[in-house]
Amino acid sequence: MSAPALRVAHLYPRLMNIYGDRGNIMCLRHRCEARGIGFELTDLSTGDRLDPAAFDLIFAGGAQDREQRAVADDLLATKAEAIREAVERDVVLLAVCGAYQLFGRSYRESTGVELPGAGIFDLRTEHPGAGAKRCIGNIVANWRAPDGTTRTIVGFENHGGRTRLGPGARPLARVRRGFGNNGEDRTEGAIYRNAIGTYVHGSLLPKNPALADHLIATALRRRHGEVALAPIDDRAELRAHEAALRLR
Amino acid sequence: MQVRTLAAIVAGKAAGAGSRLLGRGGGTAVAGLVAERIDPGVVRRLSAQAGHGAIAVTGTNGKTTTALMLSRIAREAGLVPLHNRSGSNLMRGVAALFVREASLGGRIADAARRLAILEVDEATLPLIVPAVRPRAVVFTNLFRDQLDRYGEVDAVAQAWERALADAPADATLVLNADDPGVAHLGGRARGRVLYYGVDDTGAAVAGDEHASDFRTCLRCGAELAYGATFYGHIGHWRCDACGNRRPAPDVRITRVEQGEETMALTIAAPAGELRVTLPLAGLYNAYNALAAAAGAIALGIAAPPIVAALDGFSAAFGRQERFRVDGREVRVLLGKNPTGLNQVLRTIAAREGRKRLLFFLNDGIADGRDVSWIWDADYELAQPLAEWVLAAGTRAEDLALRLKYAGFGGDVPVERDARAAVRRAIAETPAGGTLYVVPTYTAMLEVRELLARRDGSARHFWEDA
Repeated sequence: MSAPALRVAHLYPRLMNIYGDRGNIMCLRHRCEARGIGFELTDLSTGDRLDPAAFDLIFAGGAQDREQRAVADDLLATKAEAIREAVERDVVLLAVCGAYQLFGRSYRESTGVELPGAGIFDLRTEHPGAGAKRCIGNIVANWRAPDGTTRTIVGFENHGGRTRLGPGARPLARVRRGFGNNGEDRTEGAIYRNAIGTYVHGSLLPKNPALADHLIATALRRRHGEVALAPIDDRAELRAHEAALRLR
Repeated sequence: MQVRTLAAIVAGKAAGAGSRLLGRGGGTAVAGLVAERIDPGVVRRLSAQAGHGAIAVTGTNGKTTTALMLSRIAREAGLVPLHNRSGSNLMRGVAALFVREASLGGRIADAARRLAILEVDEATLPLIVPAVRPRAVVFTNLFRDQLDRYGEVDAVAQAWERALADAPADATLVLNADDPGVAHLGGRARGRVLYYGVDDTGAAVAGDEHASDFRTCLRCGAELAYGATFYGHIGHWRCDACGNRRPAPDVRITRVEQGEETMALTIAAPAGELRVTLPLAGLYNAYNALAAAAGAIALGIAAPPIVAALDGFSAAFGRQERFRVDGREVRVLLGKNPTGLNQVLRTIAAREGRKRLLFFLNDGIADGRDVSWIWDADYELAQPLAEWVLAAGTRAEDLALRLKYAGFGGDVPVERDARAAVRRAIAETPAGGTLYVVPTYTAMLEVRELLARRDGSARHFWEDA
């Protein structure tokens, strides 16, 4: 078996980068390299095709509306099918904010126009109209980690759309403070196979190291079997996580 | 003068004085708030008295410095500025300015020589423009800033377009040609447009910066290409798909020579060449000086007062300000969003020697509650030259984590309390040494207050007008 390496595809790094999303990539790199695990990053932009067999983890972040429209067309034309195929093969997907919305079944804009999504997650998002309040603020949610323990996910959310999950997706976490998917049912994010979608940025992964390690371990498992992730110095990470739990 | 306006002036002045007596800051906001409540037309009526009219300055970064430069230029030109200098750039701050300057009879003294120079919050522009009917509006740049307050960058761009629809038909738009988000406004102009930009590609950075907010063409949506990038998305941009491109600037920097403390600028303008030695560092300040010069030119001010004011300029409040504290030099450089912070870090990194750095990250309303922007800023720029670093502010732990990723190590010390952080950082700085403080907006107010108290020569900001 080859020395383990995490092969990451970053979708639209220039167009979808609004809320510090590159922090997630920096975090994945750091947590691999600190353990001697290789890290191979490929940026995929508009027009680029995605080989569903070439990656262990696919990441996409948030965008402004204008960029999101440019991305949505390209996603459906050149990548959606390959991403669906990769997810069915248990490749890890992390979609934050705008990408989370795009990877659902549909997105209804504030004007009422309904746009098709990539259909990775069984969910629909609706913007309640230009006058409606955005879901903005610090968020804390409970996440059931794969080891059965309940952990917290901390960060910031800022979205106009309200997302409702269908039967084919389950929530990533339960909101303790903040809005989450829609501000009503206390769900946050979605899980389908090894694909995770979430509204939490901040950046998400640096201050949620348990979630980051879960993604890395899951992504490596397909090609390398169980890879033990040695403990690394997480003092600064845990200090930031703890501080975020106390924010209002 | 209407009775209602007079009542607004009296009540505003009383509220401002009361607030100052109670020690609640300068009373700038409350005076304006009260006056506007009583007479919503107070700004319109009082600003109309200024014999030389008004010029507004807006944009994400640089508006305070640019407006202050314009104020100094106006003085050199023999005008008397009416200037909201302390960063009170919402409607209430502008109202407070006019209320303070008006007599109880509703008259602005020396009105014939007055020019109103208004720093205006990006989102407030649509309210200010119809009220003061400016002769010119200067736009500095448009970057992501406080996304939780302003919404997306595009929301600000739309607010600006609304404001321009209400501008007087003969108002001049003074636009940064190098910022696609600002230059775009030229297409919305009803009157004259004066573009400014940097022609000297020797000032360009290699490659592009991460913190860039206009990747795509505002006309056709295709990705923009750059011949030269100066910082963020500021540069010689073009769209290869539709032919949209950086307009040729009317007022342009043909040569920049950057030093540690000064910059020599050669500015080509329609009326001739201006040679300026600006006592500030950092290319972003070259843009501020250029924007101020272009604004002054739009108002018909001649070259000599522009050059004199810029040559003699001293830093605006909290922007490259220097303090002396116990035999140490303390430099305060505001860094409140990714692009501004990158420019500040480049400026610090360009100076000789190892640095002691005190970074602040606050998440007050005026800072933006969302601190994720620190992941878009390049703290890595400062790391190679850092001798000592402290992460401070209400979100010090987030900042320390970001600094860890920038190579400062996993044990960056954290200090939430501003007073304790400043005390600790000064204690760490040897006598004769320099401490660099890089705060967000509300932290800058705190730090400046603390340093001013220990410096003795500085004044409270509300006395700064």
